[in-house]
Amino acid sequence: MTKETQFTPTRRGFLGLAAGAGVLAAAGAGQKAEAQIATTAHIVILGAGAAGAALANRLVGRLDGARITIVDGRKEHWYQPGFSLIAAGLKPANYSVSQTTDWLPRGVELKTEMAANIDPEAKTVALGNGEVLRYDYLIIATGLVLDYDSIDGFEMDMIGKDGVGSLYAGPDYAAKTWAAAGKFAEEGGVGLFTRPNTEMKCAGAPIKHTFLIDDIARRNGARGKAEITYFANNASLFGVPIVSEKIRMVFGDRGINHAYNHVVQSIDAGAKRVTFATPDGPVERDYDYVHIIPPQRAPDVVRNSGLAWADKWTDQGWVDVDKHSLRHNRYPDIFAVGDVAGVPKGKTAASVKWQVPVVEEHLVADIAGTSSTASYNGYTSCPLITRIGRAMLIEFDYNNDLTPSFPGVIAPLEELWISWLMKEVALKATYNAMLRGRA
Amino acid sequence: MKDLTFGTLIAVFEEIFGRGLFWVMVGAAVIITLAYLYVLIRDRSVSWHKFLWAQLSMPFGAIAAVLFVQAMTHSSFADIGGPVDVIVLLGVAVAGAVGAAILVYTVESLLWPKKATDA
Ligand SMILES: Cc1cc2nc3c(=O)[nH]c(=O)nc-3n(C[C@H](O)[C@H](O)[C@H](O)COP(=O)(O)OP(=O)(O)OC[C@H]3O[C@@H](n4cnc5c(N)ncnc54)[C@H](O)[C@@H]3O)c2cc1C
Repeated sequence: MTKETQFTPTRRGFLGLAAGAGVLAAAGAGQKAEAQIATTAHIVILGAGAAGAALANRLVGRLDGARITIVDGRKEHWYQPGFSLIAAGLKPANYSVSQTTDWLPRGVELKTEMAANIDPEAKTVALGNGEVLRYDYLIIATGLVLDYDSIDGFEMDMIGKDGVGSLYAGPDYAAKTWAAAGKFAEEGGVGLFTRPNTEMKCAGAPIKHTFLIDDIARRNGARGKAEITYFANNASLFGVPIVSEKIRMVFGDRGINHAYNHVVQSIDAGAKRVTFATPDGPVERDYDYVHIIPPQRAPDVVRNSGLAWADKWTDQGWVDVDKHSLRHNRYPDIFAVGDVAGVPKGKTAASVKWQVPVVEEHLVADIAGTSSTASYNGYTSCPLITRIGRAMLIEFDYNNDLTPSFPGVIAPLEELWISWLMKEVALKATYNAMLRGRA
Repeated sequence: MKDLTFGTLIAVFEEIFGRGLFWVMVGAAVIITLAYLYVLIRDRSVSWHKFLWAQLSMPFGAIAAVLFVQAMTHSSFADIGGPVDVIVLLGVAVAGAVGAAILVYTVESLLWPKKATDA
């Protein structure tokens, strides 16, 4: 994309001319020229993460007079795709940390509380401090919760010690994960890399971690002493069959073992042993390093509100929405966007980028008294790192079709430097631009 | 990727470098380019003597650009995985080379204006 041009000050001589000439055009073209819709509706957004912040920024530009309230009790905003790099020692913990307030537009009110209860009949949301908000439209963008409690014997303070890693838990835990993983990559031993048996955000992340630690052990000259195994939760390595096969081949090339239908049930950190649930009963494995990713579910506020699917993902509680419009199937004034939405794919920040404009269009159309045909096709993307310096840019939709953004230029199933550059340089910038409603 | 418009591209660049730095760099680039055009117009011809120096600087610019990109992105030549990577690499090198040439030529022309001996 833009990689080849951004680093040399002198090349900017050319870019600069183009950019300089384009500034005036961009100033106009960057913002949508659509007329604002006048309204007094109260829109409540739960969660100021990737999806909530992006939608708030876009709605402010589309609506005139709307009251927009965004609810999030977490002061820090986390750029989660960075966790994979932090847990490989490539970035410091603060690479992923900013403030929630950095991303919110003027004119939006932030409630620094968590939503505690939703009443979709009365159209109210109760906050942790007891305050009750009445809404006309409700956007659920709370992301998901990591259910560490469901792994017997697991305590958060194990992370980073005695060969236990868990990079999902947050930027600091990702850094602690590197302490444990880095030691394994120097000393070798038995490394177990796992994933949960629920839907999960960025299903490529457990695999990226496996490849990165394999590569770092190689660079340390310790790969000969390390035995690395990736444990899939079901009978495939990735939800998209063609990608699963490709990963199997690359695992083969790297000498990474894999096992199917293994789900972590419990851990005994003292004995350095995990127990997997498998179709043939429990299986125990000793480790020198284990990477744990816990089961992932919708937050309690969603699961207890009667808004979740009744007949799908009943142990996980994702919001019961239409997979194309992201509108709630029973309460038309409620939408879900981001990780919490009950759709078959799409738990990535890249999906958020495609989902947010769809919700925006439907919401604005409702307010204007018209209708919208905007539709989300399941687009999900994952720069699947296969070593430091190379990645596969994997993009797909609900049909498990590959949907490359740069067909014929960036091959999706090839390990490329350009795809690594995307992850390392362009992804965070694109993510930030998305948060501001500009991408 | 959705809607890769010019506006998006500018937004992404602003995020990579920070808004202030990005526009300062754009400004610097515009100034260097304008200075280059200025010396071309002032001297009414390309000075082949200076152009020789500019040409000599090109390989250094190319190498510096490639090493800089690699250092910034934890990568090396071994990461080249396919034709598009070679194109990116060459793009970086050409950018560095041309950029260095323009810079050297412009600085030379500004510091040592046209001499009679120049062709
Ligand atoms: C290790 C890792 C690697 C990843 N790599 C990639 C990648 O390479 N590419 C990619 O596209 N995506 C990647 N992702 C996924 C991406 O980060 C998420 O899909 C994205 O952040 C989802 O956005 P969201 O707004 O739904 O949730 P989040 O960004 O998690 O935001 C949810 C917000 O809701 C708030 N909240 C929670 N409960 C409540 C409540 N009750 N009331 C109010 N607010 C609440 C939270 O505090 C949080 O701020 C990765 C994720 C992880 C963990």
